[in-house]
Amino acid sequence: MNIFIFRYPRQFLFGILFLVIIGALKAQDTDPLVKRIPIDTSKTLLNMDAVYNRPFLAIKKTPVALGGYLEANSIYSTEDGISEGLSFQARRLTIFMSASITNQIKFLTEIEFEDGTKEIGIEFAALDVTFHPAFIFRGGIIMNPIGAFNQNHDGPKWEFIERPDVAVNLLPATWSNVGFGLYGKTNRGNWIVGYEIYLTNGFDNSIIDNEENKTFLPAAKENEERFEESNSGKALITGKITIQNRNNAEIGFSYMGGVYNKFEEDGLILDKKRRVDIFAIDFNTTIKKTGTYIVGEVAFINVDVPVTFTQQYGTRQWGAFVDVVQPVLKRKILNWNDATFNLAARLDYVDWNVGTFNETNTDIGEELIAITPAISFRPSAQTVFRLNYRYQWQKDILNNPAAKKASWLFGFSTYF
Amino acid sequence: MKISFNLIIGIFTVMLLAISCEKTMPLSPVENELLDGPIEGLTIEQQIRFLRGDEAFSDVFTIEKGLGPIFVANQCASCHPGDGKGSPFVRFTRFGQSDTLGNQYLDFGAPQLQHKAIPGFEPEQLPAGATFTNLIAPAVTGLGFLDAVSDADLIALSDPNDIDGDGISGRPHWNNIPDYVELRPNSISKNGKYISRFGKKGAAYDLLHQTSGAYNQDIGITTLFEPFDPFSGLVEDPEVSTQTVNDVVFYLKTLKAPIPRDVNDNDILAGNQIFSQIQCASCHMPTLQTGYSPIEVLSYKVFYPYTDLLLHDMGQGLNDDYTEGFALTSEWRTPPLWGLGLSKDAQGGSYFLMHDGRSLSIQSAILIHGGEAEQSKINYSQLSETEKQQLIKFLESL
Repeated sequence: MNIFIFRYPRQFLFGILFLVIIGALKAQDTDPLVKRIPIDTSKTLLNMDAVYNRPFLAIKKTPVALGGYLEANSIYSTEDGISEGLSFQARRLTIFMSASITNQIKFLTEIEFEDGTKEIGIEFAALDVTFHPAFIFRGGIIMNPIGAFNQNHDGPKWEFIERPDVAVNLLPATWSNVGFGLYGKTNRGNWIVGYEIYLTNGFDNSIIDNEENKTFLPAAKENEERFEESNSGKALITGKITIQNRNNAEIGFSYMGGVYNKFEEDGLILDKKRRVDIFAIDFNTTIKKTGTYIVGEVAFINVDVPVTFTQQYGTRQWGAFVDVVQPVLKRKILNWNDATFNLAARLDYVDWNVGTFNETNTDIGEELIAITPAISFRPSAQTVFRLNYRYQWQKDILNNPAAKKASWLFGFSTYF
Repeated sequence: MKISFNLIIGIFTVMLLAISCEKTMPLSPVENELLDGPIEGLTIEQQIRFLRGDEAFSDVFTIEKGLGPIFVANQCASCHPGDGKGSPFVRFTRFGQSDTLGNQYLDFGAPQLQHKAIPGFEPEQLPAGATFTNLIAPAVTGLGFLDAVSDADLIALSDPNDIDGDGISGRPHWNNIPDYVELRPNSISKNGKYISRFGKKGAAYDLLHQTSGAYNQDIGITTLFEPFDPFSGLVEDPEVSTQTVNDVVFYLKTLKAPIPRDVNDNDILAGNQIFSQIQCASCHMPTLQTGYSPIEVLSYKVFYPYTDLLLHDMGQGLNDDYTEGFALTSEWRTPPLWGLGLSKDAQGGSYFLMHDGRSLSIQSAILIHGGEAEQSKINYSQLSETEKQQLIKFLESL
């Protein structure tokens, strides 16, 4: 990973921004050098298409397209009466570039700068080779299709500044790995069926040994060596089947699993093979009559934790979120055609340790529940201003009285 | 256009009002319902050090940071959640010593059983024939006050031969001390031994002794003070810095004392009187005073821990045939009762009282007392139901 962007992140960032800004300015010319490719809002797309279903700037007569998004916000939080004060956050700047090498071969990469340049990562860099719409080869750094949020996480698409807890604090979104696989879809009438299956590198022991002090799959994101080798020497399998009815809804069933621990080294057995298995269901729908958009995800995790380790690290976890977004005003406001105000609400729930204590047979805590009402304003579909109020209750492992935390968040997210 | 503009103004007004409204934020629990927090009057420098210690106390040890390979818990706060009492989830076992001749099982991993292990390792098993006791960690609040009580005061409280004839004969735990501890001001020695006061058997001399031992025996962490790895038995490099250990000791010394609640409630006032009348206060001494302490706010302070820091024979019902130092197997150091009513908030909503958490209620804990407390237990049994409730209400107010 010792490549230019990691050695010179700021220079890389400024270079890309320069290209994008020039492109954006040129896009306003009558004979544009670049042309804005809007999001495809047709009904033939599934969640799995999210990586390409973004606004791009296409440079004239070249097969290259550029794009990205920026998220920034302010946050004021208080936990159990103790304020953390007011902060401003540049959560992420994401740049994506795509190139059509031939009609059947295309490449896309997504590079993300989180919290300024604190974390820089290649979230996606894959080559897609289309043999048939139902049979597309994908290889490189891919986003494992577990749930929907992991692949469809662009800030401007959401009315909430915080990402769903089930996605980022239970599942490890954004979870990228090196690997290969196939995907495709087919449709008949109003029905579309898609599938994805990949073999990639995977998790490591940190999921049951980390400073969160609980089984925590996102801890594996800290292991940058996963882009170089599989910790367990075994592939992580990720598969998903998605069904969509063009008039109603989309539902996805996904699975990700494999051995996570280093059970063997230099031919010596260090431990038994220990698996992590994840099953997720995601759905989204828009109620036509009211325009209400509903999206959600539920995930269940099983982890083989040695019985001689500590129950601090749970063997079973689950969590869910649901967003309800209600457009309340859609009209021309100032000079923005189709500007939209939305009212929204999110419910988050995560249980990091399902089960009972061996010693007392009482319920293990380590749970979080949060509710987030929100107001969002979209001057255009690609830009969203968001005001969120989040209230959460989090219990420790012993089920002691919950820590209460509330946050006001105001910010924006925009494609560019 | 005008409507839209007004709408925008309206929404932004709502936003500003909302953001400025502190009522949308969760309130802090009342101070006397929390065990954690520093004692009042620390200097800014001391508060910074307190925060460093607080952070270290909550630090989670991973394998990379030295956890284990055999251990009991992976952070200080696991056994003392919210600085309160531990729960059966982190109950631990000590074994191997049944008399004052020392622990005969040191080569088998004594005194503490590390019953958990990192992946790939096997935890310790209790050796056949070894006597043992199960223990639950105490709350750690107010320890600085207990640490600063002078040896002379403890000796004055003791009555090893029951000269006053009240059936209660507390004695200090004269014990050998490790060479790394610093003697407290005006410490008193007897036959080369000193008064130790921390731990269920009162076997730890001071908070450095207690903390270093806990890092080592609970988490499997070596320090400059306790350099032997519990698994290999070999001297290993310190896995936490001496500064970190000292910061944790400072944190423990400067945690505030629990604050009683509803002190003017009539039942609680009555319960307080009953507490003394039935001789609970003979061991659970309501009032102590600190001597000199290098931490100024701890010096010469009167405080209310409900302990005498002495060893008492608690009878056969509480004799686990295990001991430490020179305590007898039936002897236990009087545990402070301050913070008793807040125990549930650290123990998952239920009481787990006595040294091993066997009592699920205060009444049950009272009725388990024996030995020197036998008469107090009988006195309690003879109280009316109302008086019992008043006593329990008083204890819950501490």
